Amino acid sequence: MSVIEISGLHKAFGPLQVLRGIDLSVERGDVVCVIGPSGSGKSTLLRCVNLLEQPDSGTILVGGTELTDPDVDIDLARRKLGMVFQGFNLFSHLSVLDNLTIAQRKVLRRSGSEAVETARRNLAKVGLAGKESAVPSQLSGGQQQRAAIARALSMNPEVMLFDEPTSALDPELVGDVLGVMRQLADEGMTMIVVTHEMQFAREVADRVLFMDGGVVVEQGPAEQVIGDPQEERTRTFLARVLNPLK
Amino acid sequence: MALTRRQRRAAFRGAQYLLLVAVLLTLAFTANWGELQRGFFDLDVAAEQFPDILSVALVNTVVYTVVGFAFGAVLGLVLALMRLSSVGPYRWIAAGYVELFRGLPALLVFIAFGFGVPIAFHIRFTTLSTVMLALGLVGAAYIAETLRSGIQAVPRGQVEAARSLGMSQARAMVSIVIPQAFRIVLPSLTNELILLVKDSSLVYLLGLTGAQYELAKFGRDAMNTNPTLTPVVVSGLCYLVITIPLSYLSRWLERRGNAPKKDSALEVQS
Repeated sequence: MSVIEISGLHKAFGPLQVLRGIDLSVERGDVVCVIGPSGSGKSTLLRCVNLLEQPDSGTILVGGTELTDPDVDIDLARRKLGMVFQGFNLFSHLSVLDNLTIAQRKVLRRSGSEAVETARRNLAKVGLAGKESAVPSQLSGGQQQRAAIARALSMNPEVMLFDEPTSALDPELVGDVLGVMRQLADEGMTMIVVTHEMQFAREVADRVLFMDGGVVVEQGPAEQVIGDPQEERTRTFLARVLNPLK
Repeated sequence: MALTRRQRRAAFRGAQYLLLVAVLLTLAFTANWGELQRGFFDLDVAAEQFPDILSVALVNTVVYTVVGFAFGAVLGLVLALMRLSSVGPYRWIAAGYVELFRGLPALLVFIAFGFGVPIAFHIRFTTLSTVMLALGLVGAAYIAETLRSGIQAVPRGQVEAARSLGMSQARAMVSIVIPQAFRIVLPSLTNELILLVKDSSLVYLLGLTGAQYELAKFGRDAMNTNPTLTPVVVSGLCYLVITIPLSYLSRWLERRGNAPKKDSALEVQS
């Protein structure tokens, strides 16, 4: 059964058609990487999946729940979806530990001790044990992003959404974050990753989507889309990304 | 012969000091020091003001300011949220309120609440509740605008992160946005508190008993029995005892608030 089932998704910002009919289904345990030039609509697609952007038309089913139905409790539906942002978006007024526990306590109504225990387990998992009392501004970008991943994991989501999680990082910090993501994928987490990291897509993704101009131009196994692209637009994009100096 | 840059700079600084000394000397020689001391700082009269100026007047000024500010902060937060509401009439009411009370002199609001409202509605406020209402209503208009700008200054990503974790809009507002907004506007709120300290002097309009005197009224009253401005000078110094620490607090908060803000510039928003 598909965890996520998107069909006929359209979204425009004013006169700009950002998504022009997207169909996508993601099975449990799938790792799907979405690649494409900036402005292709890949981030908007991801943000539509948890309704941070309201689609103009089309349907989005998450675990069988139709998100675009106005009668659906979106806050309830979002608990199934963990989101990781390009800009980390850790709560700047809270310590790392409170960042991880606040939604557990206020949304899932977990007890304080249970929330702290879950938070500590996830911090250890992303390699941040001992950083509980730090505030976000004391952490490096890579540490902030790993804390943000741990924050999303603490809600026990069924699917993790990553919106260019390494694009705002210094190059030497990218590896730590990708390592955590690879570990999640190995554990069987269902993931949709919007990324420019072609090597990550190639090694970790079960499936790669190439988007351009608001449509999915090409999709398939990573080896095929990145290693042997069939479409001219995909080839042009990959050539530029993989060999920027040519 | 042309002066070097260094010589010109030294000459210019020297001229400025010379001007300052000349002004001070002129003032010192033309002023009647004995008269000044009797008129403004008669030590005997000044001593007479104590301890009442502290135990009654200073305490009352602080109490009036605190109740006014507390009421103003609560009302200001409500107004700020109304201004950001998706319901049109709430926005209009809040905007109208802010324009009205920000535009009126606090003096008129005090007269309205001291005399107009009790007559119109046949209610009698205690002095303290009139002070709370009048100072609070004036303060709320400024506090509302400050809080609104603070709420809007919280990066959108903070709300998106909260919503993506399943928080409702209201929960995100209470747990994430408002605490951050308060941090952002804390220095400005301290400034508004200082303004209210001074506006609390308008309480005299309500007609006070001796035990209710605040600093300004206390000073002016003491002037009636002593033909000297000394009591007003002492009460003025008492105001500074309240406001100068507050402005240092404000500056300290600003410095503290700025430090993490610089760091968060590292956060790149997509």
